[in-house]
Amino acid sequence: MTETQVVTYGEALGQAYREEMLRDENVYLIGEDVGRWGSLYRSSKGLLAQFGPKRVKDAPLSEAAIAGCAVGSAAMGMRPIAEIMYIDFITIAMDQIVNHAAKWYQLSNGKVKMPIVFRTQGGAGRRNSSQHSQSLENWFVNIPGLVVVMPSSPYEIKGLLKSAVRDNNPVMFIEHKSLYFAKEEIPIEEYLIPLGVANVKREGSDVTVIATSWMVSFAINAAEQLQKEGISCEVIDPRTLWPLDKETILRSVEKTKHCVVVTEAPAEGGWSAEAAAVVFEGCFQLLKKPVTRVTGMRTGIPYGSVLEMQVIPNEEKIVKAIRNLLNK
Amino acid sequence: MATKFSKETYLYWYELMQLIRQFELTAEEKYKMEGKIRGFFHAYVGQEAIAAGCMTATRQEDPFITAYRDHGLALAKGVSANSCMAELYGKGTGCAKGKGGSMHFFGKDVFFFGGHGIVGAQIGTGAGLAFAEKYRGTDNVSITFFGDGAARQGMLHEVFNIAMTWKLPVVFICENNNYAMGTSVERTSNVVDIYKLADAYEMPADSLDGMTPEPVHEAVARAVKRAREGGGPTLLEIKTYRYKGHSISDPQKYRTKEEVDEYKQRDPLQQVLKKITTEKLATKEEIAAIDKRVSDTVQAAVKFAEESPWPDDSEVLKDIYQQQDYPFIVD
Ligand SMILES: Cc1ncc(C[n+]2csc(CCOP(=O)(O)OP(=O)(O)O)c2C)c(N)n1
Ligand SMILES: [Mg+2]
Repeated sequence: MTETQVVTYGEALGQAYREEMLRDENVYLIGEDVGRWGSLYRSSKGLLAQFGPKRVKDAPLSEAAIAGCAVGSAAMGMRPIAEIMYIDFITIAMDQIVNHAAKWYQLSNGKVKMPIVFRTQGGAGRRNSSQHSQSLENWFVNIPGLVVVMPSSPYEIKGLLKSAVRDNNPVMFIEHKSLYFAKEEIPIEEYLIPLGVANVKREGSDVTVIATSWMVSFAINAAEQLQKEGISCEVIDPRTLWPLDKETILRSVEKTKHCVVVTEAPAEGGWSAEAAAVVFEGCFQLLKKPVTRVTGMRTGIPYGSVLEMQVIPNEEKIVKAIRNLLNK
Repeated sequence: MATKFSKETYLYWYELMQLIRQFELTAEEKYKMEGKIRGFFHAYVGQEAIAAGCMTATRQEDPFITAYRDHGLALAKGVSANSCMAELYGKGTGCAKGKGGSMHFFGKDVFFFGGHGIVGAQIGTGAGLAFAEKYRGTDNVSITFFGDGAARQGMLHEVFNIAMTWKLPVVFICENNNYAMGTSVERTSNVVDIYKLADAYEMPADSLDGMTPEPVHEAVARAVKRAREGGGPTLLEIKTYRYKGHSISDPQKYRTKEEVDEYKQRDPLQQVLKKITTEKLATKEEIAAIDKRVSDTVQAAVKFAEESPWPDDSEVLKDIYQQQDYPFIVD
């Protein structure tokens, strides 16, 4: 039996950093307050002491320059992990990511690789309000050349970050601020989770629930509640929004013939529509009902405790959507 | 030695600074002891003299805009303590209806254009306020505040260039409290004198002490005068200090207690009080009356916040678009 340890999402991330930095000296970390402060949720605590300021770079408040350093140095063979503290601030780094990181491989006829991890975190749940709680992952799904990862638990974040660091494409690694203190038992031994392979978190036969990031835990809770009523839910965490593991999703929906997509990001123009389209295109004939979505509302994330939780999906909303879908 | 400033000015400064201080300390207590406030909370304690000096050097119509450390400037401009405290509580009577919280106070009616969470962004939007004043032909001046950390955003350079080229009526105020979260000024740049960043654009600039309101008032008054007369922007680097952590959850490992204590020796509120007492600008009773008034205002604000209703559920889809009948996807 493999030996295990209980770690938080933040600690698992720290372990992934350490292992990858020890493995490959081209891996370096750059971002605001990643060194001495140890990053906002303390995930890079101790790295400055262990690896020194050459490999753990505290940058000024200059997101565009941070992303620029990442792109340029990746072209020269470095493997930067560039931290943008909140996904909301990525707007400032957008040109370097969209027009450069995502384009150079093609523009160099495949000569220049872009092994960058843009690490950031999004989402609501910590009352950080309007400019610190958004779910902006949809933007990146729309850019050819980018990989988009959303780790949903400590086990996931460690295995996925290690793969992201070793991937030769620019990876948007989008964490969730409400998960940093979540705990999970994970192997002590090294493991990797391949990018592009969905995870069937829970098997079931009546409905397929596709949920991302923080929403995975809500979907699991909803599934457990419905189990008591005799409704059997299969919960799938796609892990990567792009590339999307269509096969796992379609195999599941072919079995259950019902599908619900749950995302914190708003529905309009979003990845949830993409996931629904994959299901429609792949197994329209087998579906008993149209795909349903449970998503965040099209609004700014409010600060107040009651309103904040109201604008994003929760267990109750997922349960309700599944009941409606199954006419139960 | 007589002072250059009137008794009224000193008493106004004292009352405003005391209001900001007591508001912050009370709110912090409500956060830490009672959990009534959550999320971010960036206190202005230690920096009050900047708000005070800026207020007496400007007029109400001059728009102010700042970052998330916004409680002090909002109160100074006249956003009521009631609506500020209610905002921190997330209540429907807050200045942003409980949707913004600590970082996003707003008061358009009193020309306070907000607290903003994206560091450095308001350097740009603040110049936009100035653009409109010039376009409309007023002689109002935009007072645009940002931190030492924000000075490292590319936004500053683009805006300085445009503001100087178009002679926009704006005073850029860099509140240099020496830290951007845990990163001190000298760890972020080769140029630690932030006012020198203006040189590249030949923008007038100055560096001054912000632990008392007098130099702040004088420098801002000069800059505002130049802007009103069409002379364009100024950068003022005002040296200050924040007594509290960056926000509430900051363990402050990046600085020593001695350093904090050193600044507390030059506490802005105490310096103004000392001036008032040594110059005999007010009696003990008059000062006590001000303290009482402030304390009453803050206590009333707490009561107001506690008794105010939560925002109605229907609020979540309000104020996203101006049209009330836009379709939203709701379950
Ligand atoms: C664009 C952007 N990057 C990073 C942050 C995270 N952050 C919030 S405040 C802060 C430090 C800003 O320091 P400074 O400008 O000196 O203002 P002060 O907090 O000292 O008032 C940082 C890094 C942010 N809010 N926005
Ligand atoms: Mg600062």
